[in-house]
Amino acid sequence: MSDQTHRAMIPAAGQGRAPQAKAPRPGGPAQVARPGRGYAVRLWSVRHARALEWFYRRFARTVLLLHPLWSALGYGRVEKPMRFVERRVKGFMFDCRMCGQCVLSSTGMSCPMNCPKQLRNGPCGGVRANGHCEVRPDMPCVWVKAWEGSRRMVQGDAILTVQKPVDRTLAGTSSWLRVTAQAAAERDHRKDAA
Amino acid sequence: MSPHHDENPAGAHLPLEPLPGHASRGRLERVLRRGEFAVTTELNPPDSADPEDVYERAAVFDGWVDGINAVDASGANCHMSSVGICALLTRMGYAPIYQISCRDRNRIAIQGDVLGAAAMGVQNVLCLTGDGVQAGDQPGAKPVFDLDCMSLMETIRTMRDQGRFLSGRKLTTPPAMFMGAAINPFAPPYDFRPLRLAKKIAAGAQFVQSQYCFDVPMFRDYMTRVRDLGLHEQCFIMCGVGPLTSARTARWMRANVPGVHIPDAVIARLEGAADQKREGKRLCIDIIDEVKEIAGVAGIHVMAYRQEEYVAEIVHDSGVLKGRRPWRPEPRADDALVAGRLDHILHDNRVETPQQILTEAQAAPHPATT
Ligand code: SF4
Repeated sequence: MSDQTHRAMIPAAGQGRAPQAKAPRPGGPAQVARPGRGYAVRLWSVRHARALEWFYRRFARTVLLLHPLWSALGYGRVEKPMRFVERRVKGFMFDCRMCGQCVLSSTGMSCPMNCPKQLRNGPCGGVRANGHCEVRPDMPCVWVKAWEGSRRMVQGDAILTVQKPVDRTLAGTSSWLRVTAQAAAERDHRKDAA
Repeated sequence: MSPHHDENPAGAHLPLEPLPGHASRGRLERVLRRGEFAVTTELNPPDSADPEDVYERAAVFDGWVDGINAVDASGANCHMSSVGICALLTRMGYAPIYQISCRDRNRIAIQGDVLGAAAMGVQNVLCLTGDGVQAGDQPGAKPVFDLDCMSLMETIRTMRDQGRFLSGRKLTTPPAMFMGAAINPFAPPYDFRPLRLAKKIAAGAQFVQSQYCFDVPMFRDYMTRVRDLGLHEQCFIMCGVGPLTSARTARWMRANVPGVHIPDAVIARLEGAADQKREGKRLCIDIIDEVKEIAGVAGIHVMAYRQEEYVAEIVHDSGVLKGRRPWRPEPRADDALVAGRLDHILHDNRVETPQQILTEAQAAPHPATT
């Protein structure tokens, strides 16, 4: 009897401490777990949205030019290394979450998956007066930054188009390759039609 | 009976006759499309399983509002579900506005709920992102946010206009819903806010309710830009208003309720008053007086959390209805008949319980039974 009571008390005590530790909730989208690193790089990217837009356009064109190479190797086989590079590069520059359906060009180079509510269509109504996030007061609202970034971009008005719901099956896959494959298919289709 | 009584003659709980150009068969859409200044409010959801709690809370609005918002765990605090409240309210003929927030349910659950709500006679839906779970009484919950308010609206519009689910599967009867959204002109990025309304309209919003307006000049600026974009002609814009009880609550709200902007002047005015509660009401009426004159404002949305009994007074004193009497539940002719004969029914010696009926039936000679 006494043994049971004892055991019942231990987890209770452990639970009592948990809220103080402010552990990030696992699994939830609200988790932006990069302890020890601020938002400096992410904000730099937004400040240089125009240059990045220019660069990405060239980059996308180059990757598309290499389409014969990708198809010769097999898109499935390139996926893994491409994903590796994409995750590293975009992870560093934008705190990319690898949703697999990149919208950075429509969001002023501010990754919307870093919004605790994962909004893809603009800021929620809770943005603080200082422009910080309702959920994470230490973080500048992703969408306030997105709006700023979009104003710097040539095709910044893409922020005004309504985005489709996120397809969660694409999470973790390479967005670059998908865009390339789609563009190639479209190009071929146009060629066939002509 | 007023010329526009907006009630189905076969029963108040039934949808109205469909009208050309109307998305729904509801009262709120009719009022707005007729160009009348509409008033909506918010029901404080009970922490109870008793339907009477809902009816009691709805009754204080009788005859003063055109629609009642059934909130979906606002502030991430758990209460009776919005779909449950809506189902109860439609039974009595009220026009509830079914709020859906993206915080707690994914696209599968939401599409199912929309069908269920429509089947129960709900005509209006308001699509929200929802406050983060950290704001509520159960911060340990898992935030869902599968859709956002815009993709949610597009989803419901697809169901309504194209008669299919997001997956493409066909619906046999699509939900006829008047679709709404929320706007907050009082939060950054300010110059994006009007464009965001345009985006919501593109996603399907037919009416919008704003966050609490305590800063009229700011709202006026917002509306100027909205008019420049021509948005007020594509969507009914309702301004959110509400009474503050005291300077202390105002300060608390400013600090703790996400997205509420209260200027210092408002707090100073409350602080300077002898009776802060009265002054809060006065302030609310003053704000209504100003916003109702702004071109493009189609109505007001009165949020009087825990002071719902003042809604009638505020609406009356502000005079926004201009003598119009919104629908209210009234006993029908046959109900009145029953009420008249109640005495007779009660005092006649009648068979009351099923047991008695059974005994009588068994005692009586009955050739058909074996
Ligand atoms: S404040 Fe900005 S980052 Fe935070 S939840 Fe809202 S939109 Fe997302």
